[in-house]
Amino acid sequence: MAQENKMKNILENINKAFENRIRLGIMSVLIVNDDMDFNSLKDLLGVTDGNLASHISALEKFGYIDVIKQFIGKKPNTTYKATSIGKKAFQSHLEALEKLINNND
Amino acid sequence: MEEQNKKEYLDSLNEIRSLMEKSSRFLSLSGLSGVVAGLTAIAGAALAYYYFNGKIFEQNFIYDLLRSDYLELTNSITFLLTDAIFVLIIAIMGAIYFTNRKAQKDEAKVWDLAAKRTLINLAIPLVTGGLFSLVLAYHLQISLIAPATLIFYGLALINAGKYTVKDIRYLGILEIILGLIASFFTGYGLILWIIGFGILHIFYGIIMYVKYERR
Repeated sequence: MAQENKMKNILENINKAFENRIRLGIMSVLIVNDDMDFNSLKDLLGVTDGNLASHISALEKFGYIDVIKQFIGKKPNTTYKATSIGKKAFQSHLEALEKLINNND
Repeated sequence: MEEQNKKEYLDSLNEIRSLMEKSSRFLSLSGLSGVVAGLTAIAGAALAYYYFNGKIFEQNFIYDLLRSDYLELTNSITFLLTDAIFVLIIAIMGAIYFTNRKAQKDEAKVWDLAAKRTLINLAIPLVTGGLFSLVLAYHLQISLIAPATLIFYGLALINAGKYTVKDIRYLGILEIILGLIASFFTGYGLILWIIGFGILHIFYGIIMYVKYERR
């Protein structure tokens, strides 16, 4: 019973927002980089424009990333940043993943 | 929990780790570019050896040079600068070539954000050091040029080490130590320069190649 409860706790920390590989990828990149632009993200993750855009807006709705729109000269330049909530959520997600893996040894 | 789930979680973690590294570090830097840079530096030194009739290893070489007449001195400085610039250009071309080749092998994009960060962080101390060496030449303080290039190059490597293969920092530390020794014992400046830019590069390049690229 105790074992089951423990498992339940861990599973609660597995964040539904990160179940998708692309979202997980976006967060991983934004944890180690202060910010990243759309095209660099696209190249790193190897996804299409539309696919990336939809996952970015999903993460933005969760409040996990900030979208920063600026102009470099006359060219619009949009970059993405992980928010502190996003970083925290990602951290607990990672810890939960690790626990799940170690629990079964 | 079933094995399949566990494998899925492990895959996720591995993917996260690899993305974190790939996105923040420029990993296409090839060890072979270090070897080319080292060989070019030694060739440049050999050229200087012949230009000065084999006197460059003599302890008093630089002091004798400074005592020579003005025309000879400016000629010597011009030669040394030209020599150094050629060494730099060939070393950079080698680095670009082998880096491109490694990126192609790894099917990675060469000119990504991490590469730009590496280059900018390398360039700031390096350009500063280059200009400072020109200033030293302008003031005829040529005995400090070799130590200055070693020290600034070492600082550049340490600065760039945050954005590329970590091992480059150790090379940077060694270059700084050599540069500091060279600034005390200016008579050995050129020998230490050859050790720093020639031999260390070749050793470092081979170690990197064996560690990360040979398969």
